[in-house]
Amino acid sequence: MVRFRKFIQRFYLAILLFFIYLPILMLMVFSFNEGKTMSKWSGFTLNWYSQLFQDPVIMESLWVTISIAVLSSLFACLIGTMAAIGINSFKKWTRNLTLNLTYIPMMNADIVTGISLLLFFIFAKIPRGYLTLLISHIVFNVPYVIFSVLPRLKGMDEHLYEAALDMGATPGYAVRKVIVPELMPGIVTGFIMAFTMSFDDFVISFFSTQGIVNNLSVYVYSMARVGINPKINALSTIMFVFVMTLLLIINIRADRQFKRQRQNTKFLQKGLSQ
Amino acid sequence: MSNQLILFKNVYKEFDGVEVLSNINLYIRKNEFLTLLGPSGCGKTTMLRLLGGFETPTSGDILFEGKSIVATPPYKRKLNTVFQRYALFPHMDVFDNIAFGLKIKKMSKQNIEKKVKDMLKLVGLAGYEDRSIDKLSGGQMQRVAIARALVNEPEVLLLDEPLGALDLKFRKDMQLELKRMQKQLGITFVYVTHDQEEALSMSDTIAVMDEGMIQQIDTPVGIYNEPVNSFVADFIGESNILYGKMRRDYLVAFSGREFECVDRGYNEDENIVVVIRPEDIKLAEPSESTINGVVTSLVFMGVHYEIRIQGEDGHEWLVQSTDPAEVGSRVGITLDPDDIHIMDRSQYDAADA
Amino acid sequence: MKKKFFALPYLVWMVLFTVVPLILIFVYAVFTTTDTGEIIFTTQYLKQALSPENLSVLWRSLEYAVITTVICLILAYPAALILSRLKSKVGAIVNLLFVIPMWMNFLLRTYAWRALLDSNGPINQFLGWFGLPPQELLNTEGAVIMGLVYNFLPFMLLPISSVFSKIDQSYIQAAEDLGANKWQVLRKVIFPLTVPGVITGITMVFMPVVTTFVISRLLGGSYYMMFGDLLENQFMLLKDWNTGSALAIIMMVLMVLSMAIMRKYDKEGESKTLW
Repeated sequence: MVRFRKFIQRFYLAILLFFIYLPILMLMVFSFNEGKTMSKWSGFTLNWYSQLFQDPVIMESLWVTISIAVLSSLFACLIGTMAAIGINSFKKWTRNLTLNLTYIPMMNADIVTGISLLLFFIFAKIPRGYLTLLISHIVFNVPYVIFSVLPRLKGMDEHLYEAALDMGATPGYAVRKVIVPELMPGIVTGFIMAFTMSFDDFVISFFSTQGIVNNLSVYVYSMARVGINPKINALSTIMFVFVMTLLLIINIRADRQFKRQRQNTKFLQKGLSQ
Repeated sequence: MSNQLILFKNVYKEFDGVEVLSNINLYIRKNEFLTLLGPSGCGKTTMLRLLGGFETPTSGDILFEGKSIVATPPYKRKLNTVFQRYALFPHMDVFDNIAFGLKIKKMSKQNIEKKVKDMLKLVGLAGYEDRSIDKLSGGQMQRVAIARALVNEPEVLLLDEPLGALDLKFRKDMQLELKRMQKQLGITFVYVTHDQEEALSMSDTIAVMDEGMIQQIDTPVGIYNEPVNSFVADFIGESNILYGKMRRDYLVAFSGREFECVDRGYNEDENIVVVIRPEDIKLAEPSESTINGVVTSLVFMGVHYEIRIQGEDGHEWLVQSTDPAEVGSRVGITLDPDDIHIMDRSQYDAADA
Repeated sequence: MKKKFFALPYLVWMVLFTVVPLILIFVYAVFTTTDTGEIIFTTQYLKQALSPENLSVLWRSLEYAVITTVICLILAYPAALILSRLKSKVGAIVNLLFVIPMWMNFLLRTYAWRALLDSNGPINQFLGWFGLPPQELLNTEGAVIMGLVYNFLPFMLLPISSVFSKIDQSYIQAAEDLGANKWQVLRKVIFPLTVPGVITGITMVFMPVVTTFVISRLLGGSYYMMFGDLLENQFMLLKDWNTGSALAIIMMVLMVLSMAIMRKYDKEGESKTLW
């Protein structure tokens, strides 16, 4: 009886996992399929991968995705770290106000964030394109950096900065040589989070560029509406493996350092709340 | 005076409209060991931060060698600080922590190495150069923090409760060592503490602070023997504090009796405070004494006994004596005229008492 | 230089790109320019946004959100319970297995379902082996809801399994010691202790489903439009910023409302501690 119950329990979990992994496995398997449909296996090939890398539109959107992810994460790290240092020295109510405003892009539905940015760009007469895509990604990336850096700042001896000044360091030197090295683990985590979010984003990119500049997600969207395309299968496989690697790094780092429950939650939540 | 190194002139400081220092006037002499002593929140740390350049006074001026330093940023001041919890840079080893200030001054490599080595020797940590900060004990961190400040050859060293985190035994050793270093290097120390023993044993001068004001500045002996008010008397050591009236010069009334004393210059029947140190009180037979009472507790303190006596005058007397007295027995106490310290009634004493 | 000035670039950035754009939504939604160039307050866009057709889309979104949330809860709660009984090492791995797919781009996963549900896709082939005629699976309401459940199931599972893992085993032992049978332990001890996780799960599924777009488009054709799709239409197709903004405001009101309701039940702030 007990064994039967145990079997049922495990069977249930297995079914759920099967349900969750089925589509992903499908994509991966059929990325190596010779045929063009996903209804019949007609032999192994790497053809789609080579075609993928020869497709100028996909390569262009890959370039956009990666360059935007790198640039927006770097910029987010820069102003986010500075912001965290500043916010940490704010008085209680200014800090709370700032943090609550910082939560907005994390809490708000992506579609609303995307729309608000689109309206802003229209209003400010900024032509939609690479620049607006970059700005939008920085907007939703900065909070992740701020919330990864702040806990480290809180755990830091408040007098470190003063000690540096005391020994003759100018404020700039003190920040570069003392504060930033202390915050480095938080900054790196923030960077990886920001990079992953940017790499994965569809909704905000879609609205803030009005579909003019394609990143991979926007490209996938335009293709998926048309129909099955094995190149997309190959692309998904690569993207899946890539994001998985990033996530593994984040998880190992998170285990090693400290529990940033809050950001991880938001980070997760963000991942799917389109 | 010509050897005034630092001068606080009418310094007033408030945070968000709350006054933390009210009209501080204080000078610090060259090579002096000055201690700012007071309970937490008395403003002593703010004084230190004003000197270090981490705060600016709301009004008033601070002079260093005759020149105002109020607008001088911390990194241009000729003083260095030993912070409360050391503030050592965790990502650097001992050497890099101590060399931090020297590297900013662009000193040559050999010179830096020599200076750091010498400094480590001075603080008794020779050979610790490559040790990482988190591998140090509290006492060792303390020494590194002192070395890191001293290596910059400051004219003044500011110390913010530097021994607060150490255990008692270690604290005593460090007190002696700090005093030794100060003498050896001949620099001015401004030391902040709430521990009156520490203050009494190390300082040349003590400024007792409370509620943003300096209550008394004097030598340790002066502070101990002639506290100016009951706050200082109480803070500097547990005392018997009674309210009384000055009958005339050299005659004071308290505990329902009149006593000879050594003070004069008060008005007739002026309300005053009487402070009597527990170690000044002598026990005697009830019949020979002016005040009698019953012993309520007896605690052996090592060198002496601490005895509490419920006096028949209503006051609970604290007496330190090398001889014990049995709990429950009736004893008497005697006072010599110069053991009775007369003080003005101040804010600390209820006006109608 | 004071440390707080370091925040200045960010503050400018945030006001410019987060606060002002949000304000713009409100401005576009309730102000209009008259023929003479005057800017006046108007409720016409809000009225337009609340047209019967739009309301029926909103209603459908809420309906789907309720159904999705309920299905997710029914699937996830037993799974979390079972997960909590696994040995800690195995449990951690299985837990991770549930988390990993969340990180694949949701478009790609939804796109994969399109292939799976296709009229001559794998599922219909599978049915064919049993002699069943091919079913029209794609572009149905069922496909949309399945896609939603698929996408949001981990968000229900994670918070619940997180509270399960935090339940002190001694509570259960104490209850058994006091004579409760397994069913009573579940009902009287375990369930009340997992309520915060359930509430977090509901928050993390319900509103995101209401605001979602694309999933219904990809799996339901254009037949089962949701509120997110409506917004997308207004902005990308009709380019009607005003009515679109009014719709966005309705969405935000819904969001704030649901957050407020959830916060009322979520006294311990469990929604902030997922991992």
